[in-house]
Amino acid sequence: MTTVQTTGQAPPLRFPRLAQPFVALGLAVLAEIGIAFFVLNVVAVPLIAVWVGIPLLLVFVPCVRWFANCHRTMLSAFLGTPIQRPYRKPPMPGVLMWLRTTLADPATWRDIAWLLVNAVLGFTLNLVSAVLFLASVFYLIYPFLVWVTPDGVFDRPFGGLFQLNPLTAFAMVPLGLVAFLIWSASGERLLRANATLAKSLLGPTESAKLAIRVRELAESRAETVDTQAAELRRIERDLHDGAQARLAALSMSLGMAEEMVARDPEQAAALLTEARLSASTALSELRDLVRGIHPPVLADRGLDGAINALALTLPFKVDVTYDVPGRPPAPVESAAYFAVAEALANAVKYSAATTAWIQVTHEQERLHLLVGDDGVGGATVTPGGGLYGIQRRLAAFDGTLTVVSPTGGPTTVIMELPCESSSLKITPSSGTA
Amino acid sequence: MRVVIAEDHALLRDGLIRLLEAHDFQVVEAVDNGPRLVPALVEHRPDVAVVDVRLPPTFTDEGLKAAIEARRQVPGLPILVLSQYVEQLYARELLTGGGGALGYLLKDRVSNVADFLDSVRRVAAGGTAMDPDVITQLLARSTRDSPISRLTPREAEVLGLMAEGRSNAAIAAALFVTEKAVSKHTNNIFAKLDLPPSEDDNRRVMAVLTYLSSR
Repeated sequence: MTTVQTTGQAPPLRFPRLAQPFVALGLAVLAEIGIAFFVLNVVAVPLIAVWVGIPLLLVFVPCVRWFANCHRTMLSAFLGTPIQRPYRKPPMPGVLMWLRTTLADPATWRDIAWLLVNAVLGFTLNLVSAVLFLASVFYLIYPFLVWVTPDGVFDRPFGGLFQLNPLTAFAMVPLGLVAFLIWSASGERLLRANATLAKSLLGPTESAKLAIRVRELAESRAETVDTQAAELRRIERDLHDGAQARLAALSMSLGMAEEMVARDPEQAAALLTEARLSASTALSELRDLVRGIHPPVLADRGLDGAINALALTLPFKVDVTYDVPGRPPAPVESAAYFAVAEALANAVKYSAATTAWIQVTHEQERLHLLVGDDGVGGATVTPGGGLYGIQRRLAAFDGTLTVVSPTGGPTTVIMELPCESSSLKITPSSGTA
Repeated sequence: MRVVIAEDHALLRDGLIRLLEAHDFQVVEAVDNGPRLVPALVEHRPDVAVVDVRLPPTFTDEGLKAAIEARRQVPGLPILVLSQYVEQLYARELLTGGGGALGYLLKDRVSNVADFLDSVRRVAAGGTAMDPDVITQLLARSTRDSPISRLTPREAEVLGLMAEGRSNAAIAAALFVTEKAVSKHTNNIFAKLDLPPSEDDNRRVMAVLTYLSSR
């Protein structure tokens, strides 16, 4: 079993080529059913004036949206890219607020316009595509049909222009071939034309795209703020319970030793030893804390050095390939470092790997980080897990995480972070002259 | 013994000077930034230099780079690098220059005065003084099929102390065994790691560390 998870939208469906005529036939039928939705909505809107329209719309609009969403999913198969849902979210809960947002949302009206367009153009395009295929099948087996059916059913094609028997019926077979050739050349194009037409009405407009983007950014910002607040709380707690308490104990021991040094030098010496140990522990706690906030080696040497240093501390062989010109901006660098560190920590904990590889490259204004291992595989992104943490960290930067980890291995974690080349700083040559 | 100190923190610098002068070291110069360090080292040629990794003006690894540069100009110049944190990458860079008379210790170790002075003297005498944290990390890297995994726990312990730069006598004292037992362990270790045994303490540490860090 292969587990593939991506933060982005699910990839579009794929229909096998032979299923396309039947999908097209289904779409043609649905297009006519859509007329009913169109009529219901068009009738309901003026009825708002007498209040009856409100409950009607509360039922019909969700129906239309569901109907349109089904089409978005199906049609994206022909386009190869998903059609985004453009609907606005009401800013406040409440039925009337929802109704107001919905009626003011251009997507609502574009849906209704699409129902009409789809009933005419969409229906035609789909039907032509389906009929071409069905006609080709029909004429290819025409002699057989004439043979098995009673006289007078199929033996007078084209409105009874002439009569055929099972043998002369073979004259119709080339028609089937022609129909098949036309279908194979144009069938898929017709469906794609229909999908493109639908996308122009069902997909988001430029301003709706912006609105969707703003929503995504607001969500990721909220998440970032949450994560950072939690991080600050952790640091505060660690300092308060750790180093601060140790330093208090240290100063107490020193005070007692000072007071005791003349009276009982031996006891004072013991207290001093205790104080020294306490100071050492405080230092080591502070060191761990600093490393968790921003590893010193990252500050000293940048991502390249930090990842190499990380590789050195792992209990197995790690191949590092690093190919990024200059230094990414500090926040990106830090996010990238912690993402790689977490992915490696995951590999150490669960994979039982003997080798791992890290690749860091910069292509098309994105930083690509790849961490692979030859372990047992089966890694998944679960809430609260390490990979989920990376995903959240990267989401703050609009980055993505993909895990390919079939059971039995190997595991590959692919991470991407936007990082424009213009923001890559060329480090001043650090020669020691 | 003549010492050069490089440390940007005034309190720590004064503390180090006081500590070393109280134990019959002569501090010939104490610098507080990277660019002044190399000339000071080349000019004074001290018996040992105690150098902080992070120094102005960049506050990154100026001290480390200055140390490596000074040793390039004056081969074998004894240098003890002190740092707030230990980083294998840095340990490796120091060691790749070759030769002994090198140390890389956590600043915390200074608080254990006797051990610290022992390390300074060892480096001054041409030995090595590696922080136990570096050694622990190096030993932890042993994978299932590496020769390190063939060592018994006691042998690993001996290897760790050996890699820190201790002599057989010091290892024997630390582990409460006889020197003879230690030399038996070391011979076993060399056999298991396919290293030809050598009389030279320093070369044997270098061999072990190079072996460990080259994997």
